[in-house]
Amino acid sequence: MRSVCFFFQVHQPYRLRTYRFFDIGDNHHYYDEYLNRSIINRVTEHCYIPMNNLLIGLIKKYGKKFKVSFSITGSAIDQMQQYAPAALKSFQELVATGNVELVAETYSHTLVALKDKDEFKQQVQKHCDKIEELFGKRPTSFTNTEMIYDDKIGEMVAEMGFKVMLTEGAKHILGWKSPNYLYCNAINPRMKVLLRNFRMSDDIAFRFSEQKWSEWPLTADKYVQWIKQVGENQETINVFVDYETFGEHQWSTTGIFDFMKALPAAIFKNTDFEFATPSEVANHLQPISAIHVPQPISWADEERDTTAWLGNDLQDEAFDSLYSLTEKIKHVDDPSILRDWQYLQTSDHFYYMCTKWFTDGEVHKYFNPYPSPYEAFMNFMNVLSDLMIRIDRYLQNLEKNKPKPDTILVTTI
Amino acid sequence: MKVLMFGWEFPPHITGGLGTACFGLTQGLSKAGVEVLFVVPKAYGDEDEQAVKLVSASNIKLNIKEAGFGKHWEKVTFIEVGSSLIPYVGPEDFAKVMELSKMRKLSQTSSVFQESFEFSGKYGTNLIDEVSRYALVGASLAEKMNFDVIHAHDWLTYPAGIAAKEISGKPLVVHMHATEFDRSGENVNPQVFDIEKNGMEAADRVITVSNFTRKIVIDRYGIDPEKVFTVHNAVEHVIKPELSEVDRNVDEKVVTFLGRITYQKGPEYFIEAANKVLKRDPNVRFVMAGTGDMMHKMIRRVARLGISTRFHFTGFLKGDDVDRMYALSDVYVMPSVSEPFGISPLEAVRSNVPVIISRQSGVSEVLTHAIKINFWDVDALADAIYGLLHYPAMNKMIEKHGPEELKEMKWDRAALLVKDIYLQVVK
Repeated sequence: MRSVCFFFQVHQPYRLRTYRFFDIGDNHHYYDEYLNRSIINRVTEHCYIPMNNLLIGLIKKYGKKFKVSFSITGSAIDQMQQYAPAALKSFQELVATGNVELVAETYSHTLVALKDKDEFKQQVQKHCDKIEELFGKRPTSFTNTEMIYDDKIGEMVAEMGFKVMLTEGAKHILGWKSPNYLYCNAINPRMKVLLRNFRMSDDIAFRFSEQKWSEWPLTADKYVQWIKQVGENQETINVFVDYETFGEHQWSTTGIFDFMKALPAAIFKNTDFEFATPSEVANHLQPISAIHVPQPISWADEERDTTAWLGNDLQDEAFDSLYSLTEKIKHVDDPSILRDWQYLQTSDHFYYMCTKWFTDGEVHKYFNPYPSPYEAFMNFMNVLSDLMIRIDRYLQNLEKNKPKPDTILVTTI
Repeated sequence: MKVLMFGWEFPPHITGGLGTACFGLTQGLSKAGVEVLFVVPKAYGDEDEQAVKLVSASNIKLNIKEAGFGKHWEKVTFIEVGSSLIPYVGPEDFAKVMELSKMRKLSQTSSVFQESFEFSGKYGTNLIDEVSRYALVGASLAEKMNFDVIHAHDWLTYPAGIAAKEISGKPLVVHMHATEFDRSGENVNPQVFDIEKNGMEAADRVITVSNFTRKIVIDRYGIDPEKVFTVHNAVEHVIKPELSEVDRNVDEKVVTFLGRITYQKGPEYFIEAANKVLKRDPNVRFVMAGTGDMMHKMIRRVARLGISTRFHFTGFLKGDDVDRMYALSDVYVMPSVSEPFGISPLEAVRSNVPVIISRQSGVSEVLTHAIKINFWDVDALADAIYGLLHYPAMNKMIEKHGPEELKEMKWDRAALLVKDIYLQVVK
């Protein structure tokens, strides 16, 4: 069986409001409600609802032959519940068709895999719980935030019982090899690894409406020609894209919906490819070899590494300050503190602090609420300073309310 | 190529950025093979003349009986206005100056026609006399000297530039380092405005120090955009090593404002932000270095807020003291209301001091590693100061990348752009 594996990432961060230093210790409301509400409503209208309906239509038309997979982050789901319940309902309908696999990740799309194993596991559990609660299925496939992967992360995810993991088919990892096979983790070969075909993915996600592109306009027939050119023994074409590609990054006027509508028929008619979800690909195919990834890779920017989120002084200080709280947070059982702890870890906050966009990357400016990385950093640090104060106050209270050890001592004597 | 250049200041005798910019530019031009004859109202003899030949207008004797003289005077008479014009003085000081001149019963223009004239080269009460006389000198020089292009810096020298163009027929380039709107907000002095407008209209090319200024020149003066070009200022890269390390005698962090204490520089926003920061963190000292017509008002405001033990005024600083002040600072703030360029933040960066600058400045167009705020947003300013004092990563970043950025801002590069503009107009 040869297959096209579609994976869509759905994610929305809780963007922070302008939080001044004089709010620290005093005002614990961190989020820009207006901005978050308007963005999720816009994306719901432009992308989630129309694209979900389109997929439901395709599933009805082609039955078991057409399948897709998704990861929907916890912070996106929370915002749908809060601001756009129609979007959540629409996703539930789509998943109820039975042709959709939901993939697990960290609850609020965090970078914790690079920092703390226990916390990572908790966040993945939390996401699985949420998905199971709302969609009735517990995920068995995994993708880490922004496709961040290395050998150790793969091994850690295998330990948690996942069978397959999605990541980037980064050139510097693959070399001459093709992403169109099933691979396995270099430490634990039972963990299967699917590699994103970045050319075929970015043709849709980035280049689709680019009129300067020599292949513009991209039609379903043209795309199918490219699929046909894939070597005969190659087994899977992994097209992993942000879901907002459909209707938001590529507006409906670009013809992106028509393209997607026409694509399955064109594939069925001209090729022997079918559609499959990550766990199906992992079950049906034999890994061709192990893939060695000693340093973390991701699907971001030209470098396909983690420098979009970490590495400059601002990002590193923010990241280290945030994770200096991991020990303390274990003793906290306050839902509002725990919620903010989750949302502050969202990778987007670190993305806004990236200085690479001074030279490249329109993508970094997209949905970015800050005029510069410095503002992003200051604002985040102010919020984090407040969270630190709250945690300390909480722990002090806990300490106060504990029975005093010396009184216990007196009674036992 | 040879340039007849008219300026009002030349280091070390400077009051602001104009003299510094003229010096840097002439150095760069000289390296680019352009010969500069630089005319100042008054030369003191201790100027650095490596790159330019300095002409002191005070030493130019005019023979009023000379036949051609009437012709010169005709060219410049439009600036013969009988009032005290002081470009960098606000309303309060202006009133004082008017009092003085009434007492002395100064006659405004009679001295302009004397055979010799001692320029002060300052911005004092008889400024308009000096501007007029300077224009006459310009006309006279234009007749005697040999050159290809005329370049005039700021409105004080535009009459001289125009006169020189009329006499010689050579192309004129005027350089806008500041506009009347920057200096005075909406209360523009119509006479200065007219001189600026006439100068730019008579010019073959107008150079602005930023796109911010270019927009003002086009929108407010109605100058043809086709002939207005932006050449961003630069900064000298050398700093005396002994000035980069200074013993600090206070433990607290120091946040500095350095500039004229005038409406244009937004000193009151600095004070209000200081007050907000001090409420949360008393372990900071704020310094307002400089002087100006709003200084007393600012001292009163600081006293009323009750922060005088943490907020200090130094008076006017010059030369090495400026670099020492930078070396003492942890944060440099330029909250200007309207700043055509603003070289001082670049000098602060050169001393490894992170800077907060207003978006209403030309320098914000070229400096990426800085915190940019709107001048009126006191909360944002306070927040930026607090952030720089408490989250060290920002300092690290700015210290790392600031110098790299400065390397790109060389006077040599600016001079090449100016030379290109000369070449456009020289036949």
